[in-house]
Amino acid sequence: MRVNEITETTKITEVPSPFCGIGTDDLSIQVDGESLQVIENGCRINTPNFEQVITDRCPRIKGKDVSLEMAVAEAANLLKDTKQPVIGGCATDVNGMRALMALADKNSAVVDNISFKAAKNNFLALQDSGWMNTTLAEVKNRCDLFVIIGCDPEAFAPRFFERYCWNQASMFLDDTAQREIIYLGQPPKGNGSTSPNGKLATTLACETHDLPEVIAVLRALVKNQRIMTDTVAGISLVDLQALADQLKTANYGVVTWAAGSLDFSQAELTVQMICEMVKDVNAAGVRCSGLPLGGKEGDQTANQVCGWQTGYPARMHFSRGFPEYDPYLYDSQRLLEEGEADALLWVHAFNTQATPPKTNVPTIVVARSGMVFEQEPDVFIPIGTPGIDHAGHAYRMDNVVAIRLKKLRDSGLPSTAEVLNAIEQAL
Amino acid sequence: MLTKLTGGRIYDPTNNMDGQIGDIYIAAGKIIKPPQNAKIDKEYDLKGKVVMAGAIDLHTHIGGGKGNIARMLMPENHRLDVESHTAIKRAGTGHAMPSSFTTGYRYAEMGYTAGFEPAVLPINARQAHMEMGDIPILDKGGYVMLGSDDYLLRMMTANKDQQAINDYVAWTLHAAKGIGIKVVNAGGINAFKFNQRKLDLDENNSHYNVTPREILKSLATAVQELGVKHPLHVHGSNLGVPGNIETTLNSIAGVEGLPMHLTHVQFHSYGTEGDFKFSSGAAQIAESVNKNKNISLDVGQIMFGQTITASGDAQLQYANHKIASPNKWVCMDIECDAGCGLVPFKYRDKNFVNALQWAIGLEIFLLVDDPWRIFLTTDHPNGAPFSSYPHLIRLLMDRSFRNDMLSTIHPEAQKMTTLASIDREYTLSEIAILTRAGAAKITGLVGRGALGIDDFADITVYTENADREKMFSKPDYVFKDGECVVKNGEVIKVTWGTTHIVKPDYDKSVEKNLEKYFSRFMTMKLGNFKMSDDEITEDGRGSITVHPTVRH
Repeated sequence: MRVNEITETTKITEVPSPFCGIGTDDLSIQVDGESLQVIENGCRINTPNFEQVITDRCPRIKGKDVSLEMAVAEAANLLKDTKQPVIGGCATDVNGMRALMALADKNSAVVDNISFKAAKNNFLALQDSGWMNTTLAEVKNRCDLFVIIGCDPEAFAPRFFERYCWNQASMFLDDTAQREIIYLGQPPKGNGSTSPNGKLATTLACETHDLPEVIAVLRALVKNQRIMTDTVAGISLVDLQALADQLKTANYGVVTWAAGSLDFSQAELTVQMICEMVKDVNAAGVRCSGLPLGGKEGDQTANQVCGWQTGYPARMHFSRGFPEYDPYLYDSQRLLEEGEADALLWVHAFNTQATPPKTNVPTIVVARSGMVFEQEPDVFIPIGTPGIDHAGHAYRMDNVVAIRLKKLRDSGLPSTAEVLNAIEQAL
Repeated sequence: MLTKLTGGRIYDPTNNMDGQIGDIYIAAGKIIKPPQNAKIDKEYDLKGKVVMAGAIDLHTHIGGGKGNIARMLMPENHRLDVESHTAIKRAGTGHAMPSSFTTGYRYAEMGYTAGFEPAVLPINARQAHMEMGDIPILDKGGYVMLGSDDYLLRMMTANKDQQAINDYVAWTLHAAKGIGIKVVNAGGINAFKFNQRKLDLDENNSHYNVTPREILKSLATAVQELGVKHPLHVHGSNLGVPGNIETTLNSIAGVEGLPMHLTHVQFHSYGTEGDFKFSSGAAQIAESVNKNKNISLDVGQIMFGQTITASGDAQLQYANHKIASPNKWVCMDIECDAGCGLVPFKYRDKNFVNALQWAIGLEIFLLVDDPWRIFLTTDHPNGAPFSSYPHLIRLLMDRSFRNDMLSTIHPEAQKMTTLASIDREYTLSEIAILTRAGAAKITGLVGRGALGIDDFADITVYTENADREKMFSKPDYVFKDGECVVKNGEVIKVTWGTTHIVKPDYDKSVEKNLEKYFSRFMTMKLGNFKMSDDEITEDGRGSITVHPTVRH
């Protein structure tokens, strides 16, 4: 398809989405000039994200419209003589992230993905003891027991259950409606987890902050340890024992959690407890896998590209000329609050709500057209969205699959990569 | 621009040059005939220097998801080995699993100009190519992994004919942009998902009732009939298991004369003799390979020190997790396609098993007669990081050095190896075959690995040194497509290599069933699964080189 030949209404099918994190790629979108309408398979997350209209086209310096060249020159000027510049947000496609890394390397900057606070819980567990995980197609075809800890897949991605649990055909399950869905923590708010024949998911209810205790006991039960109590954080031991037994009798149990929903201190230990429990089930002779839920709008993309280019996930820095990683020290929020940073470049190509943190240091924002600021940045460059205004690649939540994003319209907005490459060249 | 390399001693086995003195002329990236009366723009005086084609690593894990998990898993391993950015080089890290830029620079600085990722999962092909797209200087390519994918196993259970399997294999090569086909623990990664913890060569996958032997035969036939030059690239069953020598010998018999490349054979050459029930099967492997001319192999030599094992073989990596050092590891089941496992490991010379593994690898190198069918690898990073190649070359070329090293390893391992009695020392010409001429030939690369007229000017120049490790660590010059990219072992110019692929013909109607399969069972549409060429070329640096296939 040659997009520059589109002059009238065109319907584009099999459109992949970078917004929902689960790699939905069956959207049909009607393109009428610059206007997009999701006509099939939209959802609460994808439809507004695709249909959002372009508002800004013109870069600004201190609120005044300027040319792209002038904005790029000013951005380079603001970054040039800094001692500790910070690149935050880091939410874009693979090529955008490549350009971001090149700029960070040259400018000796900190790179910190917007969702690293959540991702840190997983990375710390990974780097301390590892895990056994699976991906969405395995869930779709094999999973007969789905244990959901402290999160709600439907709230994360509205079509999660429809696509990966209540699929009509499955290679290894006679009837997908027979899958056992068990929530540990808060019950789900929606009905997505209710099976097509009306079977409700089971919930073993507890407060989120009680999950460390509950999971510790569940793991102990999986390991046949004796527990000297009848209830744990309001859940009866009998119910937890039943869950442990189910994990050890399922054909292919899958345990999911969302690092960002475990909103208590040292949540990495809870992630680790979950991952070690999954290993324990396997050691007991039964297959079981983890499935970290999370990573949309370029989160996984940031960690993947940063990973292959530096060896580290996307909270690292080049201050001494080479890559260094510390999941606490290079928190951009902390660096800004404690006066350790002297410039902020904020990059977010997907979400106009994802505004930069408040700061007094010179701020450059390279973000999706339409971002509204409480405090106008020194430089704002509106960019196109990967998967709408230009082609690209984005990673799905399960990290293995990179989806090929399509260009749907010819808006003339530059890509993240074009803008960041230009700033790097101007440095 | 006309460049002349004057008076070097040329080791170019493809063209029967064994150290003869000669001149090489380069124009537009290629080696040309000596021109008549043309003005030489740049001349390099190579008198006394050793000249070879750029080296080619035909089995090195340099791109793809599991390698990136390996990097993320081991931050402490990077801190000891960092590379600062320079005016031309990007910053990066090593050690066991270097970052992409560092991978390219370090390979080039050792005289390598191409590397092939041996485990491209079709569903992860984009990542493999994107990572390799960030590896400077080197040419690259990948072998696409099949054999534990549910689609193939379903076809085999349904007794689809060989033609249908050939079409599927060819279609996958197109979709994932590969130059060859790899099979890893045939059917075993799949069997692990059905909770089979091991799978012998003639053992049925419990769901599909298909054996590894049948999978090997079927895929080896497909590769041959499609006319893909690189033989089926086989990571055998029972990797690392004492006694797996039987499996390996049976696998050789199992393909019934079809071309087959056995990779990291060191890990598949173990007997069960001796007090520790672990012994060398190198002599038996070498005997079989010497006899069966359809078999080629790379060694997967181990070196002592810290590394990480990174494999598609989730089944065996799971079995090995108890020896993880440091004690952290990852296994993944992946997309009804394959899997992977990452287990950090420190090989110790004072450990009996590790010491004997080291000796077994060297025995294989020295006992296989035909240098055109054996290749120099450490299965980077599994046996050791690729940066250990110069040391390995010295072990092969210098018997007294080898025996000095041998005398330092675990004494019981010394007793269990015949290494001390093997006199063979590799010659420069043989090293040029293992790392250039033979590697290009077996991979099916046209115009690489040799220094003939019209070949691409990928050239490495060394200073002769009796210490072969020093010699091969620091080339005087490396030329990539005619441009001088390395001088005195340092990158002086950053270029971008091509991606080598094949595009064998196939019946396009194969997509009818595949489309249904993708819509019903997979998580993406068929049209979104297939990679297009522009995904490799659109960044303005990448390019694609299609090598010919001849249908049988």
